[in-house]
Amino acid sequence: MTDVLTISDLHVTVGGKAILRGVDLQIRRGEIHALMGPNGSGKSTLGLAIMGHPNYQVTQGRIDLNGVSLLELEPHLRARAGLFMAFQRPVSIPGVKMADFMRHAATNVRRPDRKEGEELLPMREFRKELRGKMEDLKMDPEFARRYVNDGFSGGEMKRAEILQMAMLRPKFAILDETDSGLDVDAVRLASLSIANIGHREMGLLIITHHDKLLENNTPDFTHVILGGRIVQTGGPELAVRLHNEGYDAIRASYPDAAQDEAAMNVETGTRDRDNGKFVAVQGE
Amino acid sequence: MSVAVAAGFSSQAFEQFLGGLREPEWSTDRRRQAWQRFAELPMPDRTDEEWKRTDLRAFAWERFGPPEPWGGAELPPALLREGVELGGQHTTANSRTLEAHLDRRWISQGVVFGDLEQASVDHSELIQKHLDRTVEWQADRFDAAREAFRSGGTLLYVPRGVVVDQPLHMFAALGPGGVDLSHTLVVLEDGAEATLLAETASLDSTADGLHCGAVELCLGRGSRLRYVHLQNWGRGVWHFARQEARLGGDASLQWTIGALGARLAKVNQQVRLDEPGAAAQVNGVMFTEGRQHLAYHTRQDHNAAHCHSDLLYKGALQDKSRIVWRGMIHVAPGAQKTDAYQRDDNLILSEAARADSIPGLEIQADDVRCSHGATIGRVDDELLFYAQTRGLSRKEATRMIVAGFFQQVFDRITIPSVQEALAEAIGRRVREYQPS
Repeated sequence: MTDVLTISDLHVTVGGKAILRGVDLQIRRGEIHALMGPNGSGKSTLGLAIMGHPNYQVTQGRIDLNGVSLLELEPHLRARAGLFMAFQRPVSIPGVKMADFMRHAATNVRRPDRKEGEELLPMREFRKELRGKMEDLKMDPEFARRYVNDGFSGGEMKRAEILQMAMLRPKFAILDETDSGLDVDAVRLASLSIANIGHREMGLLIITHHDKLLENNTPDFTHVILGGRIVQTGGPELAVRLHNEGYDAIRASYPDAAQDEAAMNVETGTRDRDNGKFVAVQGE
Repeated sequence: MSVAVAAGFSSQAFEQFLGGLREPEWSTDRRRQAWQRFAELPMPDRTDEEWKRTDLRAFAWERFGPPEPWGGAELPPALLREGVELGGQHTTANSRTLEAHLDRRWISQGVVFGDLEQASVDHSELIQKHLDRTVEWQADRFDAAREAFRSGGTLLYVPRGVVVDQPLHMFAALGPGGVDLSHTLVVLEDGAEATLLAETASLDSTADGLHCGAVELCLGRGSRLRYVHLQNWGRGVWHFARQEARLGGDASLQWTIGALGARLAKVNQQVRLDEPGAAAQVNGVMFTEGRQHLAYHTRQDHNAAHCHSDLLYKGALQDKSRIVWRGMIHVAPGAQKTDAYQRDDNLILSEAARADSIPGLEIQADDVRCSHGATIGRVDDELLFYAQTRGLSRKEATRMIVAGFFQQVFDRITIPSVQEALAEAIGRRVREYQPS
């Protein structure tokens, strides 16, 4: 049976403010979904809510993996159930080496019933595997000895996230703007790396503004999110069109969602920065 | 042999204590002076700047007395000697020597390691010359009590030019209600080198106990000492200590303290750089939980030009515990080209814990480089969440963040057994982060 991640009628608030207003989305393992939308429309919120961030309150709806609700599970149990998110801006953990961090992570994800203090993956095999994956991603072996995301450049951070995805081999992975802040060559490398990890062995939700990350990872579905709802779903051609033409046509077709979007952005005080054309931004 | 004495720190107890000693006259004279001071001095209270943040009201002298003999119970485990080939071992319990051993190789080169009380008989001149030369012994009641009833204690003496390349271990244990009034004296003559690993522990993890002690490190010119002191008493122990080092020209000291135990600790740690070219690195690793209260007052005294000192303290606090650090770098007139640094970082693991971090500088020379830093932070929820999305439980993530926090100071400790023992002991204590 194919694994399936189902989001139904998902409503999420952050600090009492409604961000998602009824999201429906179904991802089967092996499928690639692109999620696009203007800043502040709820893309990252969807990812963080799926992973179980404590500040993101699910007020209505469901998140199910193979028909079993994930809502009551703490984030580490969702990870052990096979979910992964590559963060847009991962935090640094000073003093903790990448290799040690990933050894704990890989052990927990591969042995979901492991109790704390039980054996980790054998050092020798783990190192060999890690070295291999880092070679594939064209990463300097020294990287494993650096502290988690500490002093990493934007490109290094993104590659470190992809490396973790490669090591953890999740069933479903959310890539939150893995292309942001990268130059063209770096985006191409990231795109190829994701493909090489075996993008068809996972279910992928790729949150992006570009179409470059999708070059080697052609989406089966492209979703447009606006005002906290998925308003339109199409094929790969939709991603290209949005990238070229922006969201004005979408806003015109979905005035209610556009109104919610405007209201949300007034509340947060953010201004719509990609009016008609794509503007590179660091986060939302 | 010790004799039974009257309970409490009374005149009667003092006279009985003296009656049981066999020691040189100079030592007894000093005890009498100290006893006089003890009788005269008031108990410090919170109007005293030095004791402002450390509440002594629950402490009662009457509950304790001069050290009682060890009942012969099995000793608590020692942590620092794991996997280390030792050149010598000195073990005390309730301030009395149980075992003293030094490899023949070092004995034949004139090294002395063992009971200080015995040494003050066997090497009277040496001890008289060095004991209390550095360390304050009559400033407050704890100093005076320690000096009057000084018991057991440890001497390490390394003659000129002798390099002891095997670590020496000293272990002080306390029984329930036990008292330890020991003095550690380390004398390295010019060009000598040694590594001393000292640790303390209690037989019972919650029972009462009292330690009033002193550590005195005397480093001759060009000598090198690595000294580790792990305070790992049980949670019922009152720990009062004066710890001072005096460095001659081009001497080098690496001083690492680990503080895990005690109900309340008040420690004055001081490094004096008395001649040009002396260098001291001070490392501190603290972890507190329950209602523990640890107060560390540190001083880096630059009394000569071209000296270097670098202090890094790191503390993590759990439950309702509290750590106080007051640091002072003092640069004397004429101590030009001083290079001095102090830094204290604290990681709060529960809303109810509290850290006070007070750095200070007093500079009376004009061509110096001195700086300080202090941080107090909490375990960041975003870090916990990130680690959780990688499959780590909150507790495991907290442990990892705490280990990372200490890594910078562990990286400076060049003795693997010490790094491992501290990391292991802290790892065992860390629980899940406790928000309010």
